[in-house]
Amino acid sequence: MKHRTEEELIGYRDGEAKERVEIAGHLKECAECREELARIEAVFGALDAMPIPDPGEDYGERVWQRIAPRLGEKKTRWWESLFVPQRLAALGGMVALVILAFVAGRWTKTPIPKSDQADAAKVRERVLVVAVGEHLGRTEMVLMELENAPPQKGQKAIHILETQRRAEDLVEENRLYRQTALKEGDQAMASTLDELERVLLDIANSPEELTPAAFETIRNRIEAQGLLFKVRVVKQGLDERNANPDAKPAENKARGTERKKV
Amino acid sequence: MAEEVAVSDAIAVERTLAGDRDAYRVLVERHSRTVYRMAYRMMGNAHDAEDVVQESFLRAYQKLKQFAGNANFGTWVYRIAANYAIDRIRQRNADEGRREGPSKPGENSLEVDPLSQVQDMSPSPERLAGSAQLAERMEAALAELSPAERTAIVMRHWDGCGIEEIAAVLKSNSNATKNTVFRAVQKLRRALMPFLEGKEARAMGTEG
Repeated sequence: MKHRTEEELIGYRDGEAKERVEIAGHLKECAECREELARIEAVFGALDAMPIPDPGEDYGERVWQRIAPRLGEKKTRWWESLFVPQRLAALGGMVALVILAFVAGRWTKTPIPKSDQADAAKVRERVLVVAVGEHLGRTEMVLMELENAPPQKGQKAIHILETQRRAEDLVEENRLYRQTALKEGDQAMASTLDELERVLLDIANSPEELTPAAFETIRNRIEAQGLLFKVRVVKQGLDERNANPDAKPAENKARGTERKKV
Repeated sequence: MAEEVAVSDAIAVERTLAGDRDAYRVLVERHSRTVYRMAYRMMGNAHDAEDVVQESFLRAYQKLKQFAGNANFGTWVYRIAANYAIDRIRQRNADEGRREGPSKPGENSLEVDPLSQVQDMSPSPERLAGSAQLAERMEAALAELSPAERTAIVMRHWDGCGIEEIAAVLKSNSNATKNTVFRAVQKLRRALMPFLEGKEARAMGTEG
């Protein structure tokens, strides 16, 4: 009896043999080929027994943390980037403010009763409070991203392209809100927005690949100025004003608390 | 279940293409572990495997528009990872070759007569029981496979991929790919023979 070749038996085990039925028939008759097949099977058994380290349940999340800052490297046409949700939000905010300014300008030019003027001012302030609150929320996210992403040991470059794009959007918004806050006479908010603008500009104008030292400089600046803290306090004040429109602005609350902290 | 995941993946791909970056996060978190397992078996160490996983998801993101949507995203990113891993192994082998210089024929090769290995690797019952040693030997044997053979055995045996799928990654045809799978198993068998069988394989196609 002619034995089956190693290639035929491996193919049989793999499910790819041409003469599957014939080989099965031969195996029934031939003890030596059955032994040979068992030896081949042992190789597959050894492969199955190979240990593989479990990267952990949170592995996917860790992969995301690693690659998220680099996703901005996706090549898109310039006009496509306008339709990214973050930019749409920024554009929407700016358009809303321009319309608001236009409407407010018209209101102030036509003689209207004092009570209506007061209502218009209230509406204007309310819209501003909500818009700035949202802007500060987005800024807080950018600052937190930088705060919470210390360079890994041995890491040569930190990619911040995605954070930079968001910072660019925020600079434009921030400038508009700062000017409005100045016009409205809200010095505390204008001052915080001014500090924010400088850091956002720094982030936006940095190279997209930062050395760990340059990255640390930006982080230190955010920390030294207590920016994240100030943003949170101002935002909290705005949220309170939004919830209770008749209450007075919590001006200088941030500064007062900040002084105590220092 | 698999169908639900595929539909949910397709939605996540659409949302990512529409600019929702967080939708891509869902895809990364869902498929990272599968890609990691394949990458680890291909590369043989966690560091290179993690590099393959990260690079593969970045490449998939950049090429997402090319993803026709008629295939499963998991399968697609897996194939990107397999392609990248095989390139990395080739690169690694080339770098090691340059560092070590030309080797003598037969050196570090699995074609060495297995009987010559029996003396120093003779499998006493204790050694046979040591699956860690067997795993170590298997790892060395896998490292000796060509990049195509290693890819073929990883995709075929561990991940149950079809011959056509493997052929696409190897840029080869079905028959050649089947042959690559066979050669891989045969080489592993030769390398593990002292551990598993303690003797040389039967001569092929012998008359009984």
